[in-house]
Amino acid sequence: MSGLRPQFSPDNTHPAFSYGLNAPQAFAAARAQAAALPVLEEARKRLLCVAMGFLACFLLISGRLFDVMIFNPDAERSSSSSTLPAHVSRADIVDRNGELLATTLQLASLAADPAYVLDEKETLTKLKTVFPDLDVAALSKDMHSGKRFVWVKHSLTPRQQEQVNRLGLPGLSFQNEERRIYPKGGLTAHIIGYNSVDQQGLAGIEHSLNKRLTESQDSLPLSVDIRLQSLMHEALLDGMHKFDAIGGAGLIMDVETGEILALVSLPDFDPNNPTQASDSARFNRATLGAYEMGSTFKIFTISQALEKGVITLADQFDCRKPLKFGRFEIHDFHPENRYLTVPEIFVYSSNIGAAQIIERVDGKDQKKYLGSLGLLDPSPIELSEVTKPLVPDVWRDINKVTIAYGHGLSVSAVQLASAAASVINGGRLVKPTLLRRDHAPTDMPVVLSSNTSAAMRGLMRAVVLDGTGKSAEVKGYLVGGKTGTADKSAGGGYNRKSRLASFIAAYPIHRPRYLVFAMIDEPKGNKGSHGYATGGWVAAPVVAKVIGESAPLLRVAPVDENDPLIMERLRLPGMIGGAKKQAAANAQ
Amino acid sequence: MPIARSDRSVLGRWWWTVDRWTLGGIALLLIFGVFLIQAASPAGAAHLGQSGFYFVERHLLELFIGILIMVGLSLLNPGQIRFVALLLFVTAFILVVATLYIGAEVKGARRWLHLPGLSIQPSEFLKPAFIVLCARLFSRDLETPHFPGRWLAAGLYVITAIVLLLQPDMGMTVLISAVFLAQLLLSGAPLKLIGGLVTLGAGGIGLGYLLLPHVASRINRFLNPDSGDTYQISRSLEAFRNGGWLGVGPGEGQVKMSLPDAHTDFIFPVAGEEFGLIACLVIVAVFAFIVLRGFWRLGKETNFFAFLAVAGLLVEFGLQAIINMGSALHLLPTKGMTLPFISYGGSSLLSLSIAAGMLLALTRKHAGPDR
Repeated sequence: MSGLRPQFSPDNTHPAFSYGLNAPQAFAAARAQAAALPVLEEARKRLLCVAMGFLACFLLISGRLFDVMIFNPDAERSSSSSTLPAHVSRADIVDRNGELLATTLQLASLAADPAYVLDEKETLTKLKTVFPDLDVAALSKDMHSGKRFVWVKHSLTPRQQEQVNRLGLPGLSFQNEERRIYPKGGLTAHIIGYNSVDQQGLAGIEHSLNKRLTESQDSLPLSVDIRLQSLMHEALLDGMHKFDAIGGAGLIMDVETGEILALVSLPDFDPNNPTQASDSARFNRATLGAYEMGSTFKIFTISQALEKGVITLADQFDCRKPLKFGRFEIHDFHPENRYLTVPEIFVYSSNIGAAQIIERVDGKDQKKYLGSLGLLDPSPIELSEVTKPLVPDVWRDINKVTIAYGHGLSVSAVQLASAAASVINGGRLVKPTLLRRDHAPTDMPVVLSSNTSAAMRGLMRAVVLDGTGKSAEVKGYLVGGKTGTADKSAGGGYNRKSRLASFIAAYPIHRPRYLVFAMIDEPKGNKGSHGYATGGWVAAPVVAKVIGESAPLLRVAPVDENDPLIMERLRLPGMIGGAKKQAAANAQ
Repeated sequence: MPIARSDRSVLGRWWWTVDRWTLGGIALLLIFGVFLIQAASPAGAAHLGQSGFYFVERHLLELFIGILIMVGLSLLNPGQIRFVALLLFVTAFILVVATLYIGAEVKGARRWLHLPGLSIQPSEFLKPAFIVLCARLFSRDLETPHFPGRWLAAGLYVITAIVLLLQPDMGMTVLISAVFLAQLLLSGAPLKLIGGLVTLGAGGIGLGYLLLPHVASRINRFLNPDSGDTYQISRSLEAFRNGGWLGVGPGEGQVKMSLPDAHTDFIFPVAGEEFGLIACLVIVAVFAFIVLRGFWRLGKETNFFAFLAVAGLLVEFGLQAIINMGSALHLLPTKGMTLPFISYGGSSLLSLSIAAGMLLALTRKHAGPDR
């Protein structure tokens, strides 16, 4: 082998360090010389240490590779995922029973890069088989616009995505997008609201609780029961159509906890497609609409007068003719043209009577009382769409009198319902909420004595038995309520033709648990109502329908109305056996 | 192409004298590199708005030039290598200084010179030249009495380290320092001195930590991943985990799409994801083989200059691989360092080709001047 080695001439460097020895002997000599050199010996020892260090490093890397890739992939994943910008999805919204009301889906959208599309005609033809509604002409135009990114179709279903994949067309790509889905559509539109395209809440709970929904992944349970929401929606829509109304609002509230079980505003819109909705459809009539509510306010007038002791239920007032008040004249809608007892004033909804009752109350006290019921401040409900009540700047006597029968102070439906619930439930202030509560709050301020509250329940039962609210009666459920018919103010005056008809009720009234409110905006009287478009004719049947259908769901058992215990609970002094009989007795 | 042992042509003689095992190892790395860049290139090219195989095409071109340089240099004798190293050092040094004034700022550092048609990072070329010159100075210190080789080497190190720190290029400074220390160690310097310098070096890194914000942030992020953005490292580990034993298959990797620098500093995770643990172990083994075989062969080396130069080049080569792979596996703070012969990167590849050429030249059997 050595014979075949190439021959080299000597290097000109120091011979001991030269490569170029041309004979094996010289080679051996150099090696001996080098071996003698202690520095080189030491260097070799040190080099061995360096080599060991390198070997250790390479072994460490190999070990780490095993560690990461084989042995402990899950532990690594969890530790590193905390450092990754984890994708946080918006929390679901569910009803009180866990029914899904809003959720976020990851959907693929299809885009094309025209530069990579080989055969445009083939691509479009094949895509058309997957998306029959594809606008081929518009897409073709887009693809010739010179852009490198063209949307083909947003929000594909998984099946469509698979079908597109199966086409095997080049130049197409999927972009993952988040989409908020509202499975109940318009049914919950005014409660849930909707989001912007970048998933920020714009309306409803999505807006007011945006922070909660983005910070926690836990689904958010609302107080709403979708079944009650649905039947409220149905009944209200029915009432609206029957009387050719422009809108409506309704709600069901638990008078113990303040939980709102249903809250409907009509017309509504599809929150999955909010941009298509009209302003009117997006307007929440139940919380953002401020209305003069009319006679339902007599609940507050009479409850305050009773509470202050300025009247008793046996007191009578002269309601024979319209009451002149300065340049105003106060009329009754259902004139009895006689002396009326306090229960009669309530049952027949006499404005003349209510005006006379409030004259015994100081205006400041009236304002304070209405304020304590939450009627002078925006509702604390968890929605951004709440109105500020329209309160007169100066609380004059005329304001006091008109407010006594529900004109001159505009409030929202949810404010009225909360205030009425507070009067009915034994006199504890109800704070309305859209979030599920498991217990009634323990710190409800007392706004009324329980005696007055009991009297009001009796009066409301009488309205349904004998008065303006007869069509709200549902046998066995002891409905008590109060009608409200208000002329809507227009251009500084009132318009007799455009009205707001409402009915507020609670059941079972001897031990009230649920409050039902319905309001129909601008109903027109029809044959069935003999041309009337009042709360009793228009809204009371809606409430009756809701009560009849909701009671089984809410597990309210029907009772015997003639049960002496129940009769005793609802007995009104001066009204035994019904208002008419009492009135007849008074007349004698 | 069989080459007869009696073939006395330049190439024939080269073939029979060159260390063919090392050459084979390098060739293997180059082949891995081409495969992996093909996998990683489309993602990187998409970021630059280039066509999918932009990096592959450029890499193949630079690879060709690199192989020519490597083979060319490996034909030279030690004297010629020293001459080339001196020339290269002076040129590269001037260009490095020039980058401080006319260089293009990329990601906060001025390391690049943009010339028509190509961009070069001159500091890359300082490395092999510096190692060979230091080896010469240390060996002359021993051979020639009263020749202040160590002091000159120290001076060379200091000016090199200064211009690198001015870039600022902490990674290359650390690498050069490590190589210098290794050569100092092997040249027989007292262990106390080495220990002192290592302490000083650690102090230097500490100083860098205090003075250079990007160094501080990288070290902080390594020590405490929650302190900042560890996106690259998280993606890198994710890629390895996806790979498993055999990988997801060539071109099937997903993480590379969202892994910045997948074709350069983070090519090892791409190998992990697409080719799996086995391929990664093979890559580690090839690096270890080249380095350790080189060290082993030095046991028989009698020329002190060649001993120091080869040891220095091997340390540079091995450290660069270890630092790159260690960073990708979260064993070390991330450092902008390529994986030798595998990563894309013209200047780095050419610099490594020069280093390999010098290494092969100095490890040739009985290498010497041509007749």
